[in-house]
Amino acid sequence: MDYIDYYKVLGIHKNASADEIKKAYRKLARKYHPDVNPNDKEAELKFKEVNEANEVLSHPENRKKYDSYGKDWKHAEEFEKAKKQQQRYQRAPGGGSQGFGGGFSGGDFSEFFESMFGGGATSGRTRSAVQFRGQDYNAEMHLNLKDVYKTHKQTLNVNGKNIRLTIPAGVKNEQVIKIKGYGGEGINGGPKGDLLIRFIIKNDTKFMRDNDNLLTTVELPLYTAVLGGDMIIDTFDGQVKLTVKPETQSNTKVKLKGKGFPVYKKEGKYGDLYITYHVKIPSGLTDHEKKLFKELAKLRPS
Amino acid sequence: MNKEKYIPLIKLSKCYHVEMSFFNDLNEIGLIEILTFDQNECIHQENLTNLEKIIRLHHELELNLQGIDVVMNLLQRIDQLQIELNASKRKLGFYENDS
Repeated sequence: MDYIDYYKVLGIHKNASADEIKKAYRKLARKYHPDVNPNDKEAELKFKEVNEANEVLSHPENRKKYDSYGKDWKHAEEFEKAKKQQQRYQRAPGGGSQGFGGGFSGGDFSEFFESMFGGGATSGRTRSAVQFRGQDYNAEMHLNLKDVYKTHKQTLNVNGKNIRLTIPAGVKNEQVIKIKGYGGEGINGGPKGDLLIRFIIKNDTKFMRDNDNLLTTVELPLYTAVLGGDMIIDTFDGQVKLTVKPETQSNTKVKLKGKGFPVYKKEGKYGDLYITYHVKIPSGLTDHEKKLFKELAKLRPS
Repeated sequence: MNKEKYIPLIKLSKCYHVEMSFFNDLNEIGLIEILTFDQNECIHQENLTNLEKIIRLHHELELNLQGIDVVMNLLQRIDQLQIELNASKRKLGFYENDS
């Protein structure tokens, strides 16, 4: 657990006024607020740090404790105990000093913060009755491309809670699906946050996905390219017979309608499969083959 | 039209502690679309996430309506650019693997 310099986090001097703290906090909050930095984990982390710094420095009692024990946070409790004991001797019974009541209701603070101020209760600062929506939780789900070819159900564990999800066919890589109300608890009775699941789709197939379309290349034997013929080729979910036209050039593209990827949330609708032919020149020719090619070459001098 | 999909603004005003005039201002600036059913002003439930975001920007970052409008436009632009970037990355990856 490392010591956190909250002054440094807010970019202010140790003797900054309450007004300067407020100003610095607001400026950084505007910069790193999750709503203005969508899908930016670094900004989210920074926002938490800034909030934590503000929670400590904007409250005079917290700031005093932090300034006194900050670097010696490990011994803070001992200092407090010793101080309280001293006060007990000096004051009449029942007149003890008020310590920290714990942490903050907005919770998600660093270990350093929790160790100094505890967790779970209130900071002592009277929060206004304004309700805040709970924090959004971000989760990642890693799937293979084959997994999202068909709609399927999967259980996801988020903070110890099992959530059964229906993952619709056609989910895209990096697509974010929002599950409303499965995020953090609201503050002051505000609504719960949402759970945002980002899908990371790994593609280890020979097909490239371009939205709902699939792209692939097929090696075409020279003689089929020249003379035409039938070929069995792989599609994503099976095989089809293709008729290759005579004199097909390398890099010719053909489209197989409806043989692409399922369209997200449009049941029964599929994209197209685009096939690029790569004509394969035979290697290791026999003398007889070479002779025949030479004869062909003579018929069509370049 | 399915009325169940529309949320009365009066309900939202209580839930999020905002004045009704705030919604009217958002409507005027084009950030939300208010519809009226049986003399109740409503928004479509699909727009709720956006509205919640606007309220957070207003409350937590103290942005005024003009500021929110600028932010929302820029976020939309970022979204579009992200989609374009992802598509380009996919295409580039395909050609890199190919070579």
